[in-house]
Amino acid sequence: MSDTHAQTVAFVRDTEIPPAPPPASEAGAVKWMRENLFSGWFNTILTVLAIFLIARFVWFAFPWFYNGVWDAASIRECRDILDGKTGACFAVLVDRWDHLLFGFKYPADGYWRPTLAFILMLAAAMPVLFSKFLPRKLMIFTALYPFIGFWLIWGGSLWVPLVVLAAIIVTAMIFRLVEGLEFGPRQILAGIVGVLAGAGLAYLLYQGATELWFISNSVSSGGLVAGLAALIFKVLSVFTFVMFIPMGIFVGYAIFQSAEDGGLVTIVTALFAIYVMLAYLLGPISGALNSVIPIELQAVPSRDMGGYMLCLILGTVCVSLSIPLGIVLALGRQSNMPLIKGVCVVFIEFIRGVPLITLLFVANVMLAYFLPPQSNFDLILRVIIMITMFSSAYIAEVIRGGLAALPKGQFEAADSLGLNYTQAVRLIILPQALKISIPGIVNVAVGLFKDTTLVSVISMFDIVGMIRGPIQQSTDWISIYWEVYLFAALVFFVVCYSISQYSQWLERQLQTGHR
Amino acid sequence: MTTQADPQVAVKPAGSFKLSMLLNDTRYRSLTFQFIALVAIIATMAFVGGNLVRNLAEAGLNISYAFLGEPAGYDINQRPIEYDSQSSHGRAAVVGLLNTLIVAFLACVTATIFGVIAGVLRLSNNWIVSKLMSFYVEIFRNVPVLIWILIIFSIMINAMPAPRDFRGDNATSSMLFDAFAFTNRGVYSPKPILGDGSMIVIGVFIASIVGIFLFRKFARTQLYEHGKLIPTFWPSVGLFFVPVILAQLVLGSPITLEYPALKGFNFQGGMQIRGSLIALWFALAIYTGAFIAENVRAGILAISKGQTEAAGALGLRPNRIMNLVVLPQALRVIIPPLISQYLNITKNSSLAIAVGYMDVTGTLGGITLLQTGRAIETVLLLMLFYLTVSLLISAVMNVFNNRMKLQER
Repeated sequence: MSDTHAQTVAFVRDTEIPPAPPPASEAGAVKWMRENLFSGWFNTILTVLAIFLIARFVWFAFPWFYNGVWDAASIRECRDILDGKTGACFAVLVDRWDHLLFGFKYPADGYWRPTLAFILMLAAAMPVLFSKFLPRKLMIFTALYPFIGFWLIWGGSLWVPLVVLAAIIVTAMIFRLVEGLEFGPRQILAGIVGVLAGAGLAYLLYQGATELWFISNSVSSGGLVAGLAALIFKVLSVFTFVMFIPMGIFVGYAIFQSAEDGGLVTIVTALFAIYVMLAYLLGPISGALNSVIPIELQAVPSRDMGGYMLCLILGTVCVSLSIPLGIVLALGRQSNMPLIKGVCVVFIEFIRGVPLITLLFVANVMLAYFLPPQSNFDLILRVIIMITMFSSAYIAEVIRGGLAALPKGQFEAADSLGLNYTQAVRLIILPQALKISIPGIVNVAVGLFKDTTLVSVISMFDIVGMIRGPIQQSTDWISIYWEVYLFAALVFFVVCYSISQYSQWLERQLQTGHR
Repeated sequence: MTTQADPQVAVKPAGSFKLSMLLNDTRYRSLTFQFIALVAIIATMAFVGGNLVRNLAEAGLNISYAFLGEPAGYDINQRPIEYDSQSSHGRAAVVGLLNTLIVAFLACVTATIFGVIAGVLRLSNNWIVSKLMSFYVEIFRNVPVLIWILIIFSIMINAMPAPRDFRGDNATSSMLFDAFAFTNRGVYSPKPILGDGSMIVIGVFIASIVGIFLFRKFARTQLYEHGKLIPTFWPSVGLFFVPVILAQLVLGSPITLEYPALKGFNFQGGMQIRGSLIALWFALAIYTGAFIAENVRAGILAISKGQTEAAGALGLRPNRIMNLVVLPQALRVIIPPLISQYLNITKNSSLAIAVGYMDVTGTLGGITLLQTGRAIETVLLLMLFYLTVSLLISAVMNVFNNRMKLQER
């Protein structure tokens, strides 16, 4: 049939027709808009609503930005310049720039110091943040940075941080030396250190026992609760009194015994060494060096820190201190020793159950009662202690999650290799657990950095404290709020957003192909 | 024999004890460590307690909670229970605690609404809406909540009209529906006045809510056992409104509304919701809402795409897929982080002190502390309050979580 039909066809096309363009509604911008903006009546309403909101926002905000006054000495002058138009008064940022960044007490001729410290901090962070792309040797600078940063911000003699650094290096050398000693000399050393440590501990415990007795006597007057407390303290005191000599002997003996495998004796010797160097040698040596070669910056007491700098100092110091503490707490919570586990659980749950403000109240009004009468910890140091405790509890929970995520086989494999607890944790458990916990730790760090603004509640002058106090209550800039708060929001946004973006990038980098 | 046992080891009974075993034997070593830890804890207690006793003696203070019974002598502007300046510090603390719970509850509800809407819309295929929502989430998550509270509070104080702007024929501001006035002293809204017989109306209302639940249960059993689909939405709405309105009309309007009215320099009557409460409530809600949005989004993304496609293959519409298939499953992933967000709201509500809302931090930890100087007692009590509230919230939410969890056999 078909071949007869074919004979009727007089023409055979030998080229293809060029493809016709798609209908206008199925191509380009129109298609994109149809699919992404107007794909149904509900989406159309949403789109119109969103465009309306954005337009409204721009309608208000654009003139406000565009008419902004950058050069005026006070809010009245600003309003005169604006002459009834809507407009921002950014002049306050220009006028109070230094106050917003450094607080109002930091010496004005020293502003370059925190600025330089900040830039160096970024440089010091780079080898850690991008360890894949930068040579490992740069980490030396990161290790040195705490000393440089401390000296730049707090000032004083350069020799103090240098001598502390030297003490740490010497301690590390002693540690290596003792580790490599022959058995004979090490036993002699262990004997000496054991006797010293045992005697020192016994002395401390004896002091503790008398102290407990003293407490028990001073709370005994009062009601039933006080009587009970007094009884408990008496029992504890007697317990400590009975224990102080056996404990001293036992610890001394333990150190002596450890000469064989060398774990305890090296650690105790190193601790001894650094204690002696910092407590007795730091002052004289750095003083002597400074009198020979004086290299000094003007010393700034920590109560003079303020502005955004204070937030950055609190954030960096507390996060870096709370990570090791958090690791210890997380390991303690995983421990199978009930007492240690109990202490860690109570600490973590207590801290996580109360708001940071109450802990800052503790730092502000309560902590001084718990410290020796003549000690003068300044407020910023007390705040650092409390914020570090706060964030270490949260970091401990994140790391506990990481530890729980490790398969049990990892722990058992470490055991079967004959590693002891410290080796297993250091070489096998923590590297994996920390890798899993990085996003969580970064979240805690960002949250903590935002929470540093809370110190303004206990009358410290961080950036929010500066705005609420010296700026909004000055006669020049009375009750100005949009400009300054938006500036504060902006500086926090920049830091927090970049940290969270970095964390997401790092997460992608660390994906090793599980799942 | 080459495998000759060491005579010493062979002779020694397994139970014999040497002092060095306290260190070298794993059976005893953990006991040793714990004992040392115990002694260290006692020593720390001795150090801290001794300092405390000495410092208190030096300052001439003692630890006593007697101040809780003394008259407080300060006023609280927002009080859910009877309180005046002659009431005791203890009562002031309770008023503060109730204020904390009020703002925490309001913020939790609002933040959940914001969070679910933003989280769902962020996954919408509407480009502009999803971008707008990620903008919202990123902006609010990355700026401290204290700054948001202060910004909203400043707007409430500076940008809202003063009560006098409502006065006169050419007033610059006007009330919304003649019932709500947004002023720089707060929002004034109608206040319900409970007259005679209003308890009956409230009773009817509660009964009708119980009725709605029973009706829905009945409808569900009908559907599952007899395959009959009974419409539930309109009957529920009817049950919600009709009995109450009928009772109100039959009993001759026992519940009346008292409207705020401008008298003199300020609004009188009605219910005043202070700017500080609104600032705190709204800022906590919108800030935490951004976090909840992320949790909701993660929860929805955790549901495999096959579920959505299977539901689509059954012929469900997109909004029904979301409501009936995806959200119920996502809820299991969402609830645990939601619990910690609620806890965060409760703890962050202590920032009330920055805007002068009298929550428990403002009364007990603020004015009472300043007036009595009893720092240790008040701060400890404050921590105890928050600890109890936190533990209660997490206990309740954990029960809820266990009920929602997939029942695995």
